[in-house]
Amino acid sequence: MMRGAAAAAEAFARRHRLRWWEALPWIAALAAFFVFPTYLSFGTQLLVTVLFALSLDLVLGYAGIVTLGHAAFFGAGAYTVGMLAAHAGWNEPLSGLAAAAAVAATIGFLSGLVLLRTHGLTLLMLTLCTMALLEQAANMGAAWTGGFDGIPGLKFQKILGLFEFDVLYFRTQYLYALAVLFACFVLVRTLVYSSFGQSLTGVRENVLRMHAVGAPVRTRLVVAYTISAALAGVAGGLFAQATGFVNLAVLGLDRSAGVMIMLILGGYGRLYGAFVGAVAFLLLEHVLAKAYPTAWQLGVGVLLVLVALYARNGILGLAEPLARRFAARRGGV
Amino acid sequence: MSGAIPILETRGLCKAFGALEVAREIDFRLERGARHALIGPNGAGKTTFVNLLTGVLAPSRGQVLLEGEDVTHLPQAKRVKRGIARTFQISQLFRGLTVLENVAIAVAERMGAGGAMLKPAGAHREVLDETIRLVEMLKLGDDAGRRIGELPYGRQRLVEIAIALGLAPRVLLLDEPAAGIPSAESHIILDAIASLPAEIAILIIEHDMDVVFRFAKRITVMVSGAVFAEGTPAEIAANRDVRAVYLGSALDG
Amino acid sequence: MDIAGVFLGGFAAGMVLFIVSVGLSVTMGLMGFVNLAHGGFAMLGGYTMVLAMKHAGLGFVAALALAFVAVALLAGLLERTLYARLYRAGELDQVLFTIGLVFVMIAAITLGVGPETQTIRLPDWMRGETDLGFVRYRTYSLVVIATGVALALALWLGFERTRFGARIRAAVDNRRMAASLGVDVGRLFTVTFAIGSGLAAVGGGLGAEILGLDPNYPLRYLAYFLIVVAVGGLGRVTGVFFAALLIGVLDFVLKIHFPKGGTMFIYALTLVLLLARPQGLFGRKGA
Ligand SMILES: Nc1ncnc2c1ncn2[C@@H]1O[C@H](COP(=O)(O)OP(=O)(O)O)[C@@H](O)[C@H]1O
Ligand SMILES: [Mg+2]
Repeated sequence: MMRGAAAAAEAFARRHRLRWWEALPWIAALAAFFVFPTYLSFGTQLLVTVLFALSLDLVLGYAGIVTLGHAAFFGAGAYTVGMLAAHAGWNEPLSGLAAAAAVAATIGFLSGLVLLRTHGLTLLMLTLCTMALLEQAANMGAAWTGGFDGIPGLKFQKILGLFEFDVLYFRTQYLYALAVLFACFVLVRTLVYSSFGQSLTGVRENVLRMHAVGAPVRTRLVVAYTISAALAGVAGGLFAQATGFVNLAVLGLDRSAGVMIMLILGGYGRLYGAFVGAVAFLLLEHVLAKAYPTAWQLGVGVLLVLVALYARNGILGLAEPLARRFAARRGGV
Repeated sequence: MSGAIPILETRGLCKAFGALEVAREIDFRLERGARHALIGPNGAGKTTFVNLLTGVLAPSRGQVLLEGEDVTHLPQAKRVKRGIARTFQISQLFRGLTVLENVAIAVAERMGAGGAMLKPAGAHREVLDETIRLVEMLKLGDDAGRRIGELPYGRQRLVEIAIALGLAPRVLLLDEPAAGIPSAESHIILDAIASLPAEIAILIIEHDMDVVFRFAKRITVMVSGAVFAEGTPAEIAANRDVRAVYLGSALDG
Repeated sequence: MDIAGVFLGGFAAGMVLFIVSVGLSVTMGLMGFVNLAHGGFAMLGGYTMVLAMKHAGLGFVAALALAFVAVALLAGLLERTLYARLYRAGELDQVLFTIGLVFVMIAAITLGVGPETQTIRLPDWMRGETDLGFVRYRTYSLVVIATGVALALALWLGFERTRFGARIRAAVDNRRMAASLGVDVGRLFTVTFAIGSGLAAVGGGLGAEILGLDPNYPLRYLAYFLIVVAVGGLGRVTGVFFAALLIGVLDFVLKIHFPKGGTMFIYALTLVLLLARPQGLFGRKGA
């Protein structure tokens, strides 16, 4: 009996340690660089989307905040980078990303401060309204944002003064996006396994209980929301730098719902669900959507209905029992 | 009754939900280290009273005092920090997390580690040690690594208590701790409660009169939101009005 | 345009919003279900009319009635088989499920009918103008207004005066209490959901002249329907009526005077309002 608690505590103390398979996504990403040299533009989009989905996982998967407005932060980051480059001549990439993060974080903090007092349908509506507001603002402020057409033809300096953006094959952009994703991933992973991350999970699982143990629930949520907004802002900034343009498509319900769908399909609250979901979804879309756009939409719709009814934990959730059985057979814990 | 300042006190506490008055002018004292039972029929307002004490609800009138200090307007979290912990009549646990994690969350909050962002949760040794101690104290060791959703309800009730103890309370409010489990198993919960540290003042809401009379040194009877009677178990047992209105068959039968 | 004309135009738009959204308000308030697919039922109503008029030669009013019945039946069926499984699930599952359903509806319409915008031919008697004494106005708009007001009155009376309405009100306020009083909540849900979706279909068909009709309809107006419900309050027929009226008129006026910024103002207003009153303008606290 004494062993029981101690053993569980030991497992708990070890759970943040790296596992061998955690190297796989990064190896795969690097391998893709060499194997598919002509698809790196698409690959860059993939990496940006993974980062965006990862940022959503922090609030949706861990803290349980259901938001339809996460693209607001992606868009804020993209427009920050775009407008700074187009109007202020600020086209140094890394500081541009920092600015994108700062602007998105500010919007996240201020909106979170008031929005996160509510929950349920009201919160859903408010996130939607906030995003719609930004979308309309971007549409209206045409002098700055280019309105409906956006800002095309953005140019950026060499990264760290060394690596020139590769307009043709996206080699630099791909590696740059991979490096940024990796840095952000390390941050999110650290957060998720910390006491802070644990308390977010607590809020998701039972907010009543979280209040009853004396946790400053709203502060935690606002902090998580702000960090998540900053990361989404980085993803948006990265998008603008990699593609060299910004337009209204960076914000809006399509992008918000899209990233949510990817995360859920991959498995939310699981850190790697963002990778699996974004890659699976975008690959399929890349192959199918161009040829059969309507059938693709029908398929996604049916898939969502099935996921909501039968597979709430996504692809990773389906894979986990298999992995556990595999581990048990090998005598693992 | 001693003249010392009680650990928890209410003065003229009132609360109404619309037209329904669920707390009427409640004057209540919980002494240090008390073993105090709160009884009364369903809907009497016992849970509401706990919610008023812990700050889940704000009273429409009256005061809550902790060691003589007015805490009526303190938010729930601040009251927890000052040593008021409670359990819920219907379990409120983190169902997807393990027993150990459930308790660790409470302990981490109490030790001020709950907001730490960079250190892994499992690397707070002091949190972990205290969590292990509590889990073992409530004989939950075998289930420590299991998720709440996989546990029988009786075990879940023990986790409720472990979480409350993780807050190192000076006042522990137990809202029907054995509710919802077969009576054959309820002694496990009640034994656990009986062996809690003597310095914690305990207020227990309980329907089983045997338990109440065995455990409590003092009993408050609440009916329709008001204190109907208060006294030692002997006084309550002898009180004709209580017998007539509430205990009746429970004592005679 | 003169003031009366602007007001009537906004009134008509508001009534379309009302007819579509009122069902959403009641079902969300009653079942606590985040139904993002509601606009889909409105769209299906519109397409039912298009097909019935084109292929079955039905008249406008008959086609409208058919839209109500067909969509109500479909919605009742979906409620029984699919929605009912998710009542106890979290918002996230409900959001996913209903987004999925919208996608399926959009794709089905695109495949079956085509991606282009449809027009529903108005009967001749609706196409002229009618003299109201103080102003001459499009008969169609006046019909929409009359229908909206009549429906609002009927729903209000139904809610306040019939046993069925009393049950719905009881269930909105306290579901468990209603169940313990012997209300068959499951059946109540199905019937309410079917009627609410049927009304959406009427709104989609009758309002096609104002909101348009194409496969993207459910997503384009999603935010509007949700705003009307959130502002009006969950489960409040009168609340939704006034909220729809307010938003319809505001939107109409703003689109004339600030073609670009009008919508933004509505979003901002909603944001401020919901922060101040999370239960909506007309909702009860805690509802
Ligand atoms: N949030 C609430 N809103 C309205 N009425 C409530 C609420 N909470 C409790 N009540 C009512 O207050 C009364 C007292 O409830 P409660 O405190 O739970 O009683 P007890 O715990 O003694 O059984 C009951 O009639 C209950 O229905
Ligand atoms: Mg109770």
